[in-house]
Amino acid sequence: MRQIAIYGKGGIGKSTTTQNTVAGLASMGKKVMIVGCDPKADSTRLILHAKAQSTVMDLVRELGTVEDLELEDVLKVGYGDVKCVESGGPEPGVGCAGRGVITAINFLEENGAYTPDLDFVFYDVLGDVVCGGFAMPIREGKAEEIYIVCSGEMMAMYAANNIAKGILKYASSGKVRLGGLICNARKTDKEYELIDALAKKLGTQMIHFVPRDNQVQRAELRRMTVIEYSPEHPQAEEYRTLARKIADNKMLVVPTPLEMEELEDLLMEFGIMEAEDETIVGVAEAAAR
Amino acid sequence: MSADAAVKYVTEIPEDEVKRVAEWINTEEYKEKNFARQALVINPPHACQPLGAELAAHGFEGTLPFVHGSQGCASYYRSTLNRHFREPAPAVSDSMTEDGAVFGGQNNLHEALENAYTMYKPKMMAIFTSCMPEIIGDDLTAFIKNAKNKECVPADFPLPFANTPSFNGSHIHGYDAMLLSILQTLTEGKQVEGRCTGKLNLIPGFDANTGNYREYKRILKEFGIPYTLLADISETFDSPLDGTYRTYPGGTSLDEAADSVNGKATLTLGPYATAKTFTWIKDNFSGKHVSLPIPFGVVKTDALLLKLSELFGKPVPESLKAERGRAVDAITDAHQYIHGKKFALYGDPDYLMGYVSFLLEVGARPYHILCSKGTKKVEKELQALLDSSQDGKDGKIYINKDLWHMRSLLMTDPVDAMIGDTHGKFAARDANIPLFRFGFPNFDRVNLHRYPLVGYQGVINMMTTICNKFIEVRDETCEERYFEMMR
Repeated sequence: MRQIAIYGKGGIGKSTTTQNTVAGLASMGKKVMIVGCDPKADSTRLILHAKAQSTVMDLVRELGTVEDLELEDVLKVGYGDVKCVESGGPEPGVGCAGRGVITAINFLEENGAYTPDLDFVFYDVLGDVVCGGFAMPIREGKAEEIYIVCSGEMMAMYAANNIAKGILKYASSGKVRLGGLICNARKTDKEYELIDALAKKLGTQMIHFVPRDNQVQRAELRRMTVIEYSPEHPQAEEYRTLARKIADNKMLVVPTPLEMEELEDLLMEFGIMEAEDETIVGVAEAAAR
Repeated sequence: MSADAAVKYVTEIPEDEVKRVAEWINTEEYKEKNFARQALVINPPHACQPLGAELAAHGFEGTLPFVHGSQGCASYYRSTLNRHFREPAPAVSDSMTEDGAVFGGQNNLHEALENAYTMYKPKMMAIFTSCMPEIIGDDLTAFIKNAKNKECVPADFPLPFANTPSFNGSHIHGYDAMLLSILQTLTEGKQVEGRCTGKLNLIPGFDANTGNYREYKRILKEFGIPYTLLADISETFDSPLDGTYRTYPGGTSLDEAADSVNGKATLTLGPYATAKTFTWIKDNFSGKHVSLPIPFGVVKTDALLLKLSELFGKPVPESLKAERGRAVDAITDAHQYIHGKKFALYGDPDYLMGYVSFLLEVGARPYHILCSKGTKKVEKELQALLDSSQDGKDGKIYINKDLWHMRSLLMTDPVDAMIGDTHGKFAARDANIPLFRFGFPNFDRVNLHRYPLVGYQGVINMMTTICNKFIEVRDETCEERYFEMMR
């Protein structure tokens, strides 16, 4: 069983990419489980065709205790026999979402969700490794492979670099490794070259460049993956390619995150950012005139 | 309150109102409201996971219990054990504070390991957690690996660890998690193909009665069965006072515990308090694996002795048969004082099973049975016990209820006595019934942990304590001044 965690900046398309990739693996006959680790709980809707799956923490809230919870209440099976679980969590602004992830994963372990017939377990993790709870999927004995979803936008690259720093910390004491960057294209300038260059600087690879295509949105409106909605569409082939590349990937590295200066140099090299000009820093538009 | 007191009530409560409420909380109407209560728990008779973990740690030779978390939490576990046994409970904490909560507790853990290793010279440190590191998601596996890489302690120094969030489960689950980790750590790589120690591994479970441990040892000695107790707290918390302070006065030897993996048989007597440990043992320990309920009462003691006889091919010793006869005699001599008496019971699942089966066999009626941390399985097993006897037919089980619920039960549907721990003393006083402190913790009576409750000796002790109390109450309260000389 290979356990894989997907990280990346919020809104970058982690859940869409994960579900389409998983659907790709499932269409190749692989047994997969998705564990959504995000209080928003939108990691499984395309596989289950559901608005929102009832999450581990929803049921814990209802029952008042995790002890009376049964695995079948939270584990649903969707497209391609993909098993789906959402950790869920508190309402925004209260409680501790990180602890929710810990509770949910402990529950899955204790109740035998990790069956030996599984080929892959995917953790779709919220935005960034903000605290110990969101690092739960990459603790010892869990995911040993991480893929970072990013795009050619500056903030997505910053986030990818920050996540690489987090991985470095865990890689030094454990077995977790970076498997590559997945570029979920936003059609920014020189996107392919930029992410390819960033990946090389991080010591890893751009495992796949997923082009932007509205077919993804059309499928999402039907709460489906592209793989299931239109298996013949070229975009479906892109996700199958990504799935194949992940299945065959042997390049697992301890990342070499960049210093902020290096990252900015890279952006300048590709013309995304202009050379630093201290005279414009902190000067409002009107004052500059 | 006097008129010139510095602090005054915001609202003066008239005396008759106080009286009205005091009477109201004893009514059926209040009981219904009380049982509808959801948002609040009042006086639950269970402690938290790390306290159980600490007890398990104290059962091993030269072992320093190590709390990864806040200092105040560590004091609570220590002082609870300390008040119950009236013995010191040496343990350390890595004292996480505000900065630890923000940055993670790795630095605290590393520094504390180094300090504790140097200062207290333990043979093993058993690490468990308070709430704070659990909430922030401290990764103990990584922290401990890093500690060894940094040489905070030598590479081969045993550092078992357990995640014991206080907000989940109870002391029995913490006990289970710590015992499991200690056994996993000590037995790693020690299994030898074909080797058999010829010994019994006896696992008492969470049991804070040192007399019980001594009783198990005595029974095994009578049988001539070599044994390893996992874990033995009897010397740690019942050590002789001879003027010398010993940090580690007892506990199961680490070598022996390591070799337990090659045992002839492993027997747990606390199925609920060692559920995970036992599951792991079944897959990893050589020899036979048996789980029996805690031997309270004649029937369950019989079951234990017969199982020992079967496992080791030895007849039940005559001395123990004679003891059984004496226990039966003690029951016969005293049964008229306990027969038909109704009891309220509360405590850990393992102990509750024991109370119920003991009471049923002496003709008493287990009536209100309350477990503040229990599962459907606990309820089912208790119900099966009740169903096994005529005296159990009107017994009711209350799972995940607290001692304020128990008070309502005592006031609206009275019983003759209660069995539990110190925390029930106020409810017992309000209900004007005796409370027998067989459970944990006992803060307000002395030396009780030295009197075993298990085995035939336990039957005699429980019978004597309970029946004499009933007789005493009658002597003290009967209307006739020149009451019976003999009862």
